[in-house]
Amino acid sequence: MFYREAGDFKTSYQQDNQTFPIRFDRYRYYIVLAVAFGIIPFLINDYWANAIMLPFLIYAIAAIGLNILTGYCGQVSLGTGGFMAVGAYACYKLMTAFPEVSMFVHVLLAGGITAIVGVLFGLPSLRIKGFYLAVATLAAQFFLVWLFNRVPWFYNYSASGQINAPERDVFGIIITGPNAPAWATYLFCLIFLTLCAVIARNLTRGTVGRKWMAIRDMDIAAEIIGVNPLKAKLTAFAVSSFFIGVSGALFFAIYLGAVEVGEVFGITKSFLVLFMVIIGGLGSIFGSFAGAAFLVLLPVVLKVVGADMLGWPTDIVAHLQLVIVGALIIVFLILEPHGLAQLWRVAKEKLRLWPFPH
Amino acid sequence: MSDQFLFATEVFINGLMAGVLYALVALGFVLIYKASGIFNYAQGVMALFAAMTLVGIMEGQVPFSHIINAIFGTEVHHFGWHVPALLAILLTVGVMVVFAWLVQRVVMRHLVGQEPIILFMATIGLAYFLEGFSDLMWGSEIKTLDIGLPQGGSFLIEDMTAGLGSDNFYGFFIDNLDIVATGIAVLLVMALVAFSQYTKQGRAMRAVADDHQAALSVGISLNFIWVMVWSVAGFVALVAGIVWGTKSGVQFSLSLIALKALPVLMLGGFTSIPGAIVGGLIIGVGEKLFEFAIGPMVGGATENWFAYVLALLFLVFRPQGLFGDKIIERV
Repeated sequence: MFYREAGDFKTSYQQDNQTFPIRFDRYRYYIVLAVAFGIIPFLINDYWANAIMLPFLIYAIAAIGLNILTGYCGQVSLGTGGFMAVGAYACYKLMTAFPEVSMFVHVLLAGGITAIVGVLFGLPSLRIKGFYLAVATLAAQFFLVWLFNRVPWFYNYSASGQINAPERDVFGIIITGPNAPAWATYLFCLIFLTLCAVIARNLTRGTVGRKWMAIRDMDIAAEIIGVNPLKAKLTAFAVSSFFIGVSGALFFAIYLGAVEVGEVFGITKSFLVLFMVIIGGLGSIFGSFAGAAFLVLLPVVLKVVGADMLGWPTDIVAHLQLVIVGALIIVFLILEPHGLAQLWRVAKEKLRLWPFPH
Repeated sequence: MSDQFLFATEVFINGLMAGVLYALVALGFVLIYKASGIFNYAQGVMALFAAMTLVGIMEGQVPFSHIINAIFGTEVHHFGWHVPALLAILLTVGVMVVFAWLVQRVVMRHLVGQEPIILFMATIGLAYFLEGFSDLMWGSEIKTLDIGLPQGGSFLIEDMTAGLGSDNFYGFFIDNLDIVATGIAVLLVMALVAFSQYTKQGRAMRAVADDHQAALSVGISLNFIWVMVWSVAGFVALVAGIVWGTKSGVQFSLSLIALKALPVLMLGGFTSIPGAIVGGLIIGVGEKLFEFAIGPMVGGATENWFAYVLALLFLVFRPQGLFGDKIIERV
């Protein structure tokens, strides 16, 4: 009834090419943005920011990054944790070396440095494909974590081997460290997420994105029709690593504040982000959001229901969580291999014809 | 002979032994991959689950006692009997067969024909599930597994080799368990080869590995073969679980040996049983020697990543691994 393109006439090329061609979609998008920027910052408190909003925003950036590489370009990566660590440590080094420069610049630069590292580890993808590549990216994961653990220069020779985010502000508002107000940290991450999502959306529907998808669908065929696999794969690695680096920097500087690399950016983080992408839907920006929201909310909900309401011991709840996550992944793969994004697409198709489906 | 050389030799031999253990885990991967094209990430967790089940049965633990106690307020932990090791192993094999059947019935049957990457993800999901499940079933504390395998350094070898070097060389230190493990691994490989070469089921298994459709058309039941392959992989996981569990206790880190087996597989090729063994030996020796020679210079603990980087560099020159089938791509 309200979700349809009928009657929505496009009179210019610009209108024809807009990101959300259907009016309902467009308004929904504006409303979501208005709520996220205009209402939530006034309502948010420390618990909501730290338990739900910040992890969701940051993981969504990482999921978009991995989705570009795995979902759009078809290169499976298990090195996400390692690349997030690069972002975090780059941000830390920049923050401590140039305290007077704005955090925005630091986070972006951290993303840029991660992009370079990503390209470096992406080089073998030209020769190695499929599972072999997935395992090869594990080399990045383990090597990078080891590097940050063992080379004291990276953690400024601190005795504990940890890195701690010093207090920094943006336009006079503290956004890192324990004294940062919840709304400021939330807004800071939200700005980056919005930027990343807009960039990713527009990249994936342009020339670059089409090249990535051609490589994903069949790389030899793509090569024959004139897609340069070197450029396509390496740009995918670069863009993906940039996003993942940004998310790693935010994860360290804004969300956690102190990081021990082996614990925070270990192999489990790589899998977590990969699950977000799969559950959300490979090759879908919306899916990255949905997957991140789902896997951030699930443990919180389980904890509230299991430990707080039913009073079970926390270790049982923790184990149950593993069982449920594992089972959910399998169920999803069996019922809907294309993830939450596909459910959303089906719902939209239904809405289009509603209330007269014939 | 100089001491330095003798130390290097000792490291080399210990590396070989470690390599055998890696190969043991890698074997399970190769079996499933060859027969069904599924890259089974859950292999490591299966080893953990098998070892936990074995300990649980031997000690007479009540399964799910933790939950039962939490829900009903009871205090049950043990049945109060001890099962002899051999019987417990047989029972655990039974559990692994049931597990294989369930995996096939509940999960893999619904995913036939999906892309390999989807199947891979499914096994990661399976790994998570099984990890949580085994903790719920048997409790997550570290357990010791003792089925009578010898442990500790071998004095015999130490005494025999002590005379080789100068006074501050005390002979090769080689763990008895490693020697036994090597024996077990050799036996296991021989048994597997015999099984796949000389039995009807083994021949059917190879046929399935060769070509699913052709195997189906001559009347081989794919479902049966897949259950069988998962059972065999479960058995291999049990053997690996016993050896690693005896070595370092039955605990969560046991499941991480799956990650160690990955570079072994890459090096040897996903589709080759000899490849898994040779790859295991190369990785085992390589990482021990690297840690011995270069490790102290760069801060140690290079074992964490050496295997992966070696495999990565190697793959750049030979993308299908040492013995893997040549990857042929067609448009």
